[in-house]
Amino acid sequence: MTVDDRFVRDFREGQEEPLGVRSEIITGAVSDWTTDFSHTEPEWAADPYPIQDDLRARCPIARTERFGGGWLPTRYEDVAAIAYDTEHFSSRAIVMSNYRPPREIAPVGAVPPISSDPPFHHDARKLLLPAFTKKEVAKREEATRAFCHSLIDGFEGAEIVDAARDYAQHIPMRVISDMLGFPPEDGPKFREFVEHALEGVNLPPEQRVANMAELFDYLLEQIRDHVASPRDDLTTHLIDAELYGRKLEPSHVAGTMALLLIAGIDTTWSAIGASLWHLAKTPADRERLVAEPGLLPTAMEEFLRAYAPVTMARLVKEDMHWRGVDMKADDWVLLSFPAANRDPAQFDRADEVIIDREINRHAAFGLGIHRCVGSHLARMELRVALEVWLERVPVFGLADPSAVTWAPGQVRGPRTLPLRIG
Amino acid sequence: MKVQIDPARCQGHGRCYDLSPDLFTEDDEGYGQVAGDGVVPPGGERGARVAASNCPEKAIVLAEEA
Repeated sequence: MTVDDRFVRDFREGQEEPLGVRSEIITGAVSDWTTDFSHTEPEWAADPYPIQDDLRARCPIARTERFGGGWLPTRYEDVAAIAYDTEHFSSRAIVMSNYRPPREIAPVGAVPPISSDPPFHHDARKLLLPAFTKKEVAKREEATRAFCHSLIDGFEGAEIVDAARDYAQHIPMRVISDMLGFPPEDGPKFREFVEHALEGVNLPPEQRVANMAELFDYLLEQIRDHVASPRDDLTTHLIDAELYGRKLEPSHVAGTMALLLIAGIDTTWSAIGASLWHLAKTPADRERLVAEPGLLPTAMEEFLRAYAPVTMARLVKEDMHWRGVDMKADDWVLLSFPAANRDPAQFDRADEVIIDREINRHAAFGLGIHRCVGSHLARMELRVALEVWLERVPVFGLADPSAVTWAPGQVRGPRTLPLRIG
Repeated sequence: MKVQIDPARCQGHGRCYDLSPDLFTEDDEGYGQVAGDGVVPPGGERGARVAASNCPEKAIVLAEEA
């Protein structure tokens, strides 16, 4: 057996700085949402739904010159069409920012498989699917439930708790660090990595590069530790995995780990937080779920529809006229599953939260080949987190509605959520 | 009534086997599979319709038998 020396050297050394395109950073209040939209401004973070509803009614494919130029479709049918159309829209960048990676990084991208295009995408995705099936993630349910109970045990004596900071965020952090085989006490680092990757899109480029370097330094450290002492977790699985008859490129191993860490945390944190926020401000729904726990799986899907945390992005491949607008090569498309999920052409009473909605073909986990690989894990975590909360804290409400804050950018959920539980 | 899954559309969301585990199951990669021969037993029509109407990819085909 040959020694695995892929990670002895830092795989980033000697790599040319990718020659992508940087655009001017434009921030500040939006002048007109139809021509100047931005998902990073406070108005959007606080409540994007009226903005999306207004755009859908009068300018269903909005435009911005920020981020070097991009589009925002808000109709379900347009979002779905783009998600399915990998011929005209590339996933080589999926976070809309002021940097476009060069075309040569396709079809792999920096964080496969979410950043990958066909045909490579399918092969990279197959490496992950078996670890994320419903049956496989069910094995983690018991430990997740015990962990949720331990978080609530920590509320002992408190009248007010921050459900985002003290509960929601810790659950996916613990689950994904267990799956990757990272030290559980590194949680605070993960929060920093998440904020850097997803909320720092308008930071100066040098800062963004330094932030990402910190994440990959951490991942390389974990990879080396796993090479030295392999164990039964996703990191060792990726180190050992083969594609086309050979081990993965070091950048592929680290990129996929970055994806699992980042995408596994704030998405589910957001979904748990938004669900608790809804129940805190809607006593009738809270009381009904406490009385009818069997309704939770249905209610949970409605929370995922109405408060879908995740928006993706695509890059237009070539100049084209698309459904009434002139898209240019390398224009961004902000792929808003939250906006699609509130399209009245797709959902009855789209703007209402109906916890017993029986037909709910929502797109919270995306559509098409990039369906969230962790959707079964996220659903397990969300269900268990809500079950345990409702069992232990059946009576709660917003302590101070004006103190609730929401993450800006492409993953939206409560980051401060003070709830009165006493 | 008979249920089928269009494998070209299914992306493994798993709504069918979540909602109607008597009629659907998952394969080793999480894609939906029809349990058995797909013939819906008497009384199972509602489960079949619920699964079909919640599939985000519209991958479930319901065939009404004569």
